[in-house]
Amino acid sequence: MDKIALKTVINGESVHAQVEPRTNLVDFLRYEQGLTGSHVGCEHGVCGACTVRVDDQIVRGCLMLAVQVEGANVDTIEGLSDNGRLERLQQAFLKHNALQCGFCTPGMLLTALDLTERSAAPSREEIREHISGNYCRCTGYQAIVDAIEDVVNESAGANS
Amino acid sequence: MKLASFSYERPTALADAIELISDQSRDIRLIAGGQSLLAALNFRLGEPDLLVDLNQIKELSGISSSNEGKTIRIGAMTRHHEVLASDLITDQLPLVARAMREVAHPAIRNRGTFGGSVALADPAAEMPACVLAYNATIIASGPNGQRRMGADEYFLGLYETAIEPGEIIEAIEFKAKTTNSFFAFEEFARRQGDFATAGVAITGVNLAQVSDIRVVLFGVADKPVRAIAVEHALTGQALNEESIQAAANLATEGVAVFSDGQTSQAMKRHLSKTLLIRALTQAATID
Repeated sequence: MDKIALKTVINGESVHAQVEPRTNLVDFLRYEQGLTGSHVGCEHGVCGACTVRVDDQIVRGCLMLAVQVEGANVDTIEGLSDNGRLERLQQAFLKHNALQCGFCTPGMLLTALDLTERSAAPSREEIREHISGNYCRCTGYQAIVDAIEDVVNESAGANS
Repeated sequence: MKLASFSYERPTALADAIELISDQSRDIRLIAGGQSLLAALNFRLGEPDLLVDLNQIKELSGISSSNEGKTIRIGAMTRHHEVLASDLITDQLPLVARAMREVAHPAIRNRGTFGGSVALADPAAEMPACVLAYNATIIASGPNGQRRMGADEYFLGLYETAIEPGEIIEAIEFKAKTTNSFFAFEEFARRQGDFATAGVAITGVNLAQVSDIRVVLFGVADKPVRAIAVEHALTGQALNEESIQAAANLATEGVAVFSDGQTSQAMKRHLSKTLLIRALTQAATID
């Protein structure tokens, strides 16, 4: 099938590309843009490994087509790491040993950031509910929840 | 696996979208939120020739009230997260606000749309059940103009609705909350965000002498269904432990319950009854 012109912004940089309509967003980011930090797990939206941000909202990279980010701002783990927005969460993940193989980690961090940015003081239960769409096969989740709770408490402490 | 090839169009007006899908000679699919469609196409459970993307048709989005506040309208392309965040919905359609918390996960709710969920009519989905519980009106447009369908005539079978070929859902309309109205919702799913193994969605009026009660079971049949026997048993009754228990014994009476490979028919009947008791008990204790 004919390719379509795509104009989008990825991690703050303007990108022009020719894409097949059938190419999904995470494959476009990985293969065409070399941004392999976002991972492909289930390809049907349940595992969360492909989580990226489009116009400041977390989305499943496997359930969007690349052509659908025309005119949008896309942020991946690479960009959010480089610009420091994930700094506190990354430090907390390291401190609590919240990653082993790291496959789920980019998606997990983006989902965690979504929570810490949107919610003033989520409870542990709310943290668990928010990350329930991100599967981890290694850690058993406890350390991940601990790490996110750490950042939440830090913010609460700073604001009190 | 990866998607099969297709052509792609992204109209900016509803009329253009209707025109594009009128070609009956090609396999054309509409893409709204894409959270169900793209998953299916990723599995090659479909290989359309053309995808018509509705995401740039602004007129299809938005939540509003009209008719002096008596009608609540949810545009078909309104994202689930917008419905969840809406004060108007929380106030006027509390069943929808409650049920939306069980729909998938945040990333899915950021893209998934209300109209898309209603169009797909998955039997285990929460929003179609709420549409039936509220007796909402589905408004669709096609080459022959606009049509309004009541919820009772809309859900026909497994993924089968009263939408005709060439039609696109524009919006879903609800009546605003009335005084004395109550609602209840319970769902059993294996994990947070999963489709329901079984669920109940209920609306009604007057806990002391129940009227206009609609009891919807979802996840147990080929579509969301009303438990008519339960509705009859509760009508005119006060909602209390006794009336609830009597009604719950009729939970799946007349309902063609199916097993879905993971859960037996017997289990679904059992869950329906248990969830019904829990939901009604909770409704009865809210003042």
